[in-house]
Amino acid sequence: MTHPAAGTDRRLDWYRAMVRIRLFEEKVQELFMTGQIQGTTHLCQGQEAVSVGAIAAMRKGDVQTNTYRGHGEALALGMEPETAFAELMGRSTGGSGGVGGSMHLIDFSKGNIGANAIVGAGLPIAVGAAMAFQMQRKPNVALSFFGDGATNIGTFHEALNMAALWKAPVVFIITNNLYGEYSPLRATTPLDDLARRADPFGMPGIIVDGQEIEAVHGATSEAVERARRGDGPSLLEMKTYRYRGHSRSDPAKYRPEGELERWKARDPIELLGRAIIADGLIEPSDPAAIRSEVQADIDAAAERAAAGPVPTLEETRPYVYAD
Amino acid sequence: MSTQTEIEGSAEAAATTELTYRDAINVALDDAMAADDAVLLMGEDVTSDGGVFKTNTGLVEKYGTERVRNTPICENGFLGVALGMSLVGLRPVVEFMFADFLPSAGDVIVNQLPKYRYMSGGQTAVPVTVRSICGATGRFGTQHSATGESWFMHLPGLRVVTASSPGSAYSLLRAAIDDPNPTLFYEHKGLYGRKGPVTRGEIAALGQAAVLRAGSDVTIVATLLMVERVLAAAEQLAAEGIEAEVIDLRWLRPLDLPAIRGSVEKTGRLVVVEEQVHAAGWGATVISELTIGGIRWASAPRRLSLPDDLPIPYTPSLEDLVLPSVEGIVAAARASLGR
Repeated sequence: MTHPAAGTDRRLDWYRAMVRIRLFEEKVQELFMTGQIQGTTHLCQGQEAVSVGAIAAMRKGDVQTNTYRGHGEALALGMEPETAFAELMGRSTGGSGGVGGSMHLIDFSKGNIGANAIVGAGLPIAVGAAMAFQMQRKPNVALSFFGDGATNIGTFHEALNMAALWKAPVVFIITNNLYGEYSPLRATTPLDDLARRADPFGMPGIIVDGQEIEAVHGATSEAVERARRGDGPSLLEMKTYRYRGHSRSDPAKYRPEGELERWKARDPIELLGRAIIADGLIEPSDPAAIRSEVQADIDAAAERAAAGPVPTLEETRPYVYAD
Repeated sequence: MSTQTEIEGSAEAAATTELTYRDAINVALDDAMAADDAVLLMGEDVTSDGGVFKTNTGLVEKYGTERVRNTPICENGFLGVALGMSLVGLRPVVEFMFADFLPSAGDVIVNQLPKYRYMSGGQTAVPVTVRSICGATGRFGTQHSATGESWFMHLPGLRVVTASSPGSAYSLLRAAIDDPNPTLFYEHKGLYGRKGPVTRGEIAALGQAAVLRAGSDVTIVATLLMVERVLAAAEQLAAEGIEAEVIDLRWLRPLDLPAIRGSVEKTGRLVVVEEQVHAAGWGATVISELTIGGIRWASAPRRLSLPDDLPIPYTPSLEDLVLPSVEGIVAAARASLGR
């Protein structure tokens, strides 16, 4: 998905982009079962509207940081599924030459300057990029995606403080999926609405329905334009849900009965699908056709990725120090 | 990677002048900022009357508050900001008021700066310099006196360098800022008033130790403030007919083992003098690597270091007592020769 001119209806692109992320991650699960992907992985299924809707507000030259749950952002920014699969399979054709793995899908050429496996670490990095844009008088902004759990770590507060102090052109995006690793939000955090954490820093704190991609896109666009104008940072709280457990090894047995089903009833892909059918953008039969088309692409991408070479240690040495 | 010391600019720029260690750092920052608009200085109170240790005098007036930027007190946060700046074209120099505050930025130093390029598959350089103001003798007490020079030696992707004199402070800081990789630069606050020759425009070679005095009887290796004590000890030893070869290690990563090995192959004897506890530091690494490498010791290697079982005390007389002294170095060198 690229960034087509504003004014045209982009919802079909968004729909396909969300389906691509969903099916990419389904395939990741499958490849784990067969041992083609190892270690761990953190799936973002259920949160696709946040990745796609927010990233659609970016322009050329803008950057973002995301997290170990970053497949959605990486693909929304335009990483080819084949490149992503190759990275997860540890192939030298992967985005990071196969040494990064699932938690580090990074592509500087597409504005993806970081996928971090340390909670909260991406926020100051995004502020730094934003401050560089400010100093270089570039009209660009930085976005930072992170989870609800990250709002309890020091770097969140340090980053918001510096961003507000310096009017950094940055947008902080909380993907509030209600769980920080294995713990429900209220077990670790004394409030429900994390957008209120913007208040002490005097920046806008906006609650957004993270299942409604148009709401995500609208709120992010507004915050991005505010930052671009030089009016400083915003904190957006995307209320969403993680369909899977924290990571590969987590069956998510701590979830109350019925919670998953309630959220699935507001699945972001379904919601957008119904909207664009109602508006006549696609036919009622199209979602199934799109799904099978994307599925075929995903399957072929995984197959090509698996054929890629495994790097040698020597090949990875130039990644340590720059000349 | 450069293989020898380089002098940039005109012959005029390469003039050698007598400066204090403090002013050597000041002009290194000034010259680096003048040479490249991407270079900036940031940290706590860096603009306040030249900074806490007056190393930044005149810089904010010359370069403005964007390129000499005061930060809030949040080391992990502002070092992360510097990392982000480095990813999109800037070359930040980050001042840490005391090396003791480096662990507050532990995540960025351990997990971010050294690994960022690697985990991206070499997509980016990370040109961040951390100026770490370090060391004892100031009566600053146990949380403001560490050198911390070996704390972050274990990290592939990082460079670690120490400055023992005005001349090396200048050329090594310029080298650190020029390097496209994250570099911890250690400057000793007990040395700020020392004077010595500085060659403007000189950029030190990466990873090269400096032999400050040639000798054939015993090799003595040191860093930072300990280097001048070793040189004083070498004078005393010479008066007794013992010729010590004095090596200022400079870089801890990459560690110049060939230089030390070459010297010890000649002398057969080694004393490491460290302003840190010995365990898991550069001194232990040097002795271990030389031993594993099959060096023929004429006598057991010796070490002078901080006590393994005591933090650095405030108590002025006790602070003096825990640091390696000139007398202690002389005694260790004599002992290595069986005298």
